[in-house]
Formats: sequence, structure tokens, C-alpha cells
Amino acid sequence: MNNFIDERKKKLEDFKTNIRKKQKQVKSVDIPDGIFIKCENCNSAIFEKSFEANYNVCPNCDYHFRLSAKERIKLVVDDKSFFELYSDIQSFNPLKMPEYDNKLIIGKKLSEMNEAFYCGTAKIVNIQCAIGVLDANFMMGSMGSAVGEKVTRLVEYATKEKLPVIIFSASGGARMQEGILSLMQMTKTSAALFRHHEQGLLFISVLTHPTTGGVAASFASLGDIIIAEKGALIGFAGERVIKQTINQDLPEGFQTAKFQLNHGQVDLVVNRRLIRKTLYRLLRLHQTERGIYEQNSLEQS
Amino acid sequence: MSKTAWSKVKLARDPKRPTSQLVIQSLFSEFIELHGDRLYKDDPAMICGIGFFEHEPVTIIAQEKGVDTEEKIKRNFGMPHPEGYRKALRLMKQAEKFNRPIITIIDTPGAYPGIGAEERGQARAIALNLQEMMSLTVPIIVVVLSEGGSGGALAIGVGDEVLMFENSIYSILSPEGFASILYKDSNLAEQAAEIMKITAADLHDLKVIDKVIYEGEGLHIDQETGIRHLRQEITRALNKLKKLSKEELLNNRYQKYRKMGAFIEKEMAS
Repeated sequence: MNNFIDERKKKLEDFKTNIRKKQKQVKSVDIPDGIFIKCENCNSAIFEKSFEANYNVCPNCDYHFRLSAKERIKLVVDDKSFFELYSDIQSFNPLKMPEYDNKLIIGKKLSEMNEAFYCGTAKIVNIQCAIGVLDANFMMGSMGSAVGEKVTRLVEYATKEKLPVIIFSASGGARMQEGILSLMQMTKTSAALFRHHEQGLLFISVLTHPTTGGVAASFASLGDIIIAEKGALIGFAGERVIKQTINQDLPEGFQTAKFQLNHGQVDLVVNRRLIRKTLYRLLRLHQTERGIYEQNSLEQS
Repeated sequence: MSKTAWSKVKLARDPKRPTSQLVIQSLFSEFIELHGDRLYKDDPAMICGIGFFEHEPVTIIAQEKGVDTEEKIKRNFGMPHPEGYRKALRLMKQAEKFNRPIITIIDTPGAYPGIGAEERGQARAIALNLQEMMSLTVPIIVVVLSEGGSGGALAIGVGDEVLMFENSIYSILSPEGFASILYKDSNLAEQAAEIMKITAADLHDLKVIDKVIYEGEGLHIDQETGIRHLRQEITRALNKLKKLSKEELLNNRYQKYRKMGAFIEKEMAS
């Protein structure tokens, strides 16, 4: 037993010195405001206009910057096709948690939304779908009662209207400030997706940076097709918790999109600039099937 | 009711408090344990099997923390890996096939946060159970025995009736974890426990659970009283649920969870 542990320790040391220590060379650069943006990852100066044209991805190192929910919708759906639903649903502080009211106010300011989930109907290359996006700017995209309700209503709407559902997740998990009520949203959203599933309808889950905790362990993992955006961190438990529990460092690349692909947990890893195209191709492949399904049911009635 | 939430946390974790094994022994006859998820391995943190409850065959799904140190290590302190949740799902599906009610017993600090668990899809394993438990056409009765830790508890916790022992707790994360995030100090767990709403009485008020099981002096002192009340409640629930058609059962289960949560809609608030 001791030999085994010593052996593992040695391997871990070797791993740390040989692989982990390859630190990136970071040069400090003075970057004028307004015209250029500094890449958070490689520190290079990016021309702001080319940055936007490149879907907020660094042209130098391919680092994917965080997108707001509204920016995401703009990048993915047909121009002027988005129609927002359920924007009136908001959180309050049912358990009277300290600081929560304040966090909600800050979240609203940062995201310019009422809640962390932005949803509605839209078209992707003329294919109608129900679409929702979690916004990490609003309390780390955490799921409380309001987010759970909005996800559930969107899915129920799609079930009624026989629409495919696409959800972009970016979330730290269930929202701690609503305690057990947040936990129950995991069941509620999964239940709604079950009814959608039963109708033979398509759900595409897109996991973006980061998707963890109670969101990963509920609707985000229930896609017929699960896409991970390149560079996203995806997992159940957070890095800190795992480290504390197992008392050792984590392997390089742990819980990345590629890690999840290699372990069979996602169907595809897709670069941000190809997501719209990928969604369109997938929708089209399912559209025929849905067409036939509807025809059949018309004939039967 | 006068006991503080923290005293409940201590009672729920009392080393003398019985674990699932004892509940299985005293509640079911001719219990046969069934092993393995048929995919990877058997998870000792989850005990599953079939047995008789009052002369009726039922499927039992239970998280087990272990009694002595050696067993606790073997059972990973009741923290299941994905294979545990997959074993549970396999046997719940089997219960549906043979039209047996399912009784689950929750007692876990949470799903195991480790490398292997992540590699084998802990998130997906939990998510799938939530969805599939919504579809099972047999009655599901959930018992929270001592500790219900977050998604790892919920993954066997979706049911038509959720019963919670008086001195058990059920929460989104441990009071220690909550305190370390909220107060940046895990030593303030006691303070955190008081505001988190984690006791059986709190959860009953929030309509997250259906019934609080009376324990008398507490399961750590007197097991007989609590078990007797549990038996009565399961009998009552089963009799009620067996009268429902499959459609009614599924629809009621959906509606029960559909209503959970507290939010406002701006138009209505003004």
C-alpha cells in the first residue's frame, strides 16, 4: 500500500516538473484604450473591430472571451428573428439571505437583464426554434427559482409548439442563496425536458465556459446532442472542492471541453465561430424527421 | 421545534444514529442485495436490492455511509460515484418492469467529487436519474434518513412522497461549504445552518417534502419509535399511490415538482 502511494507521489512530482511547469512567456504591453483590447490569455493587443468580427475570440491564441447572453443570441440566430419570452420573471429573496438582494441588483446592472437566463424564439437559417442562454455576468449564471422557471416555461412552450430547444449554458450551478429551492429547479427543468423528449423533439445543449454544478447535473447534460464550446470548463464538482477532497493536484486539462470529449461526455467540441453553422446543420438533419412525423400524425387523425 | 438547526445537524451526523442498513433490516423482509451497474463496477456507497414490505415486493435504493471506520472507507462515506447512480437507475427501471414500488433512502454528504467520478460523468449520471425518475410508472417513496447532500441526494430523491426524519437535514450544500462561501470561514457553519432552511420542519414549510417522521427521543437513542412511524407513513403513502392510474401518478409527480420555487413576475408584483 505504501509502495503504491510512494510510486504515485513520484509520478505526480515528475508530472508536475515536466509538464505543468511549462509556463507561458508573458510580455507586458502598453495598450491604448478604445482601439485595442488586451487578450486575457496571451496578453497580445487585439484590434477591437477585428475582435468583434472574430466573435470575441482572440485571433492570436484562439482564446474565447466571455459573451453576454445578448451577444450570444446576436451571433447565433438570424438577424431580427429573436422574440424574447418570459422577461418578467425575476428572483426575490425568499429565504432572506444576507447580501442576496444586493447581488441581484448588481447582477441586473452587469447583465442588463432581469435574470441570468435570456430566452425566446428565433430562427437559425430560417429554422424556427426555442432558444435560451445563461449569462455568466448575472451571479455566475447560477440557477435559482426564476432561472428554473424560465427554463421550464421555455421547454414547455417548445413542447406545445413542437419546436427544437437550444440552450447555451454558462453557470456555476444551483444558486446557493435560494437554498433547497434552487436544488429543486434541477428536477423541475429535467422533468420539463422529459416531456419534450417524449414528443420526439430535439434538444441541443451547448456547454460554454464554465458549466458546472447543478446546471451541469441537470438540463445541460440532457441534450440529445451535447456540444462543448472550445476552451470551456465543464464538470460536476469545482476544482477547489476536488482538490480539497482528494488532497492532490489535478491533471492538466482536467474538466476542459477536450477532456469531456475524450471521456465520452460530449458529442462535439466546436469553435465559437462555427457554432451557428453546426446548429444549423443539426437542425436541418432533424427537420426532415420532424416533417415526416407531423405528416404521419396528420394522416392518422 | 425548539431545537436549533445546528443541533439538528449534529443529531443528523451523530455516530450512534443508524445508517441505511439498519433501516433496511428492520423495514423489509427477505431482502436480497443486487450489485453492479453493468457498465463499470459495483458502488458500495449505494445498496440496492429487492425485498418484501408488508408482504409486497419492493425495490430498495439506499445510500450507505458505513458503520465502523473500515466500512466507512469501503463505502466512501456514502458518497456515490456515477456507477452508484447508474446501478440505482438500472434497478429502478427493473422495478418498473416488474411493477414494484420503489423506496429510496437518502443518506449522503453528496456525490463524490473526485477525478474518476468526473471522468465517468458524475453530472450526466445525476441528470439522467432526475429525468428518468420523472418517467417511472411505479410509485416512488423517498426517505431522508440523516443527511441529504445536494445533487448527490436528489439523484435518488425524486418521488411521489418525500418523507424526512425529524432530525435529518437536506440542503444545497453543507453548512460548512455554505459558510466558507458566504462568510469566507467554514468555522461559521453553525451560523450558516440557522439561515439555510435545512431542517425537516423548514423543508415541510417550503413544501419541498411531504411528511416529517417523528423520532421520539431521536434515532440515536431509540430506533424503534422512528422506524415504527416510518413504516406507518410508507404504508399510508403506498396505499394512496397504488390507487392512482399510471397517468395520474406521473402527472401528479410532474405537477408536484413543477410548483417548486419562489419568484415574482413583474406585472403581478405591481
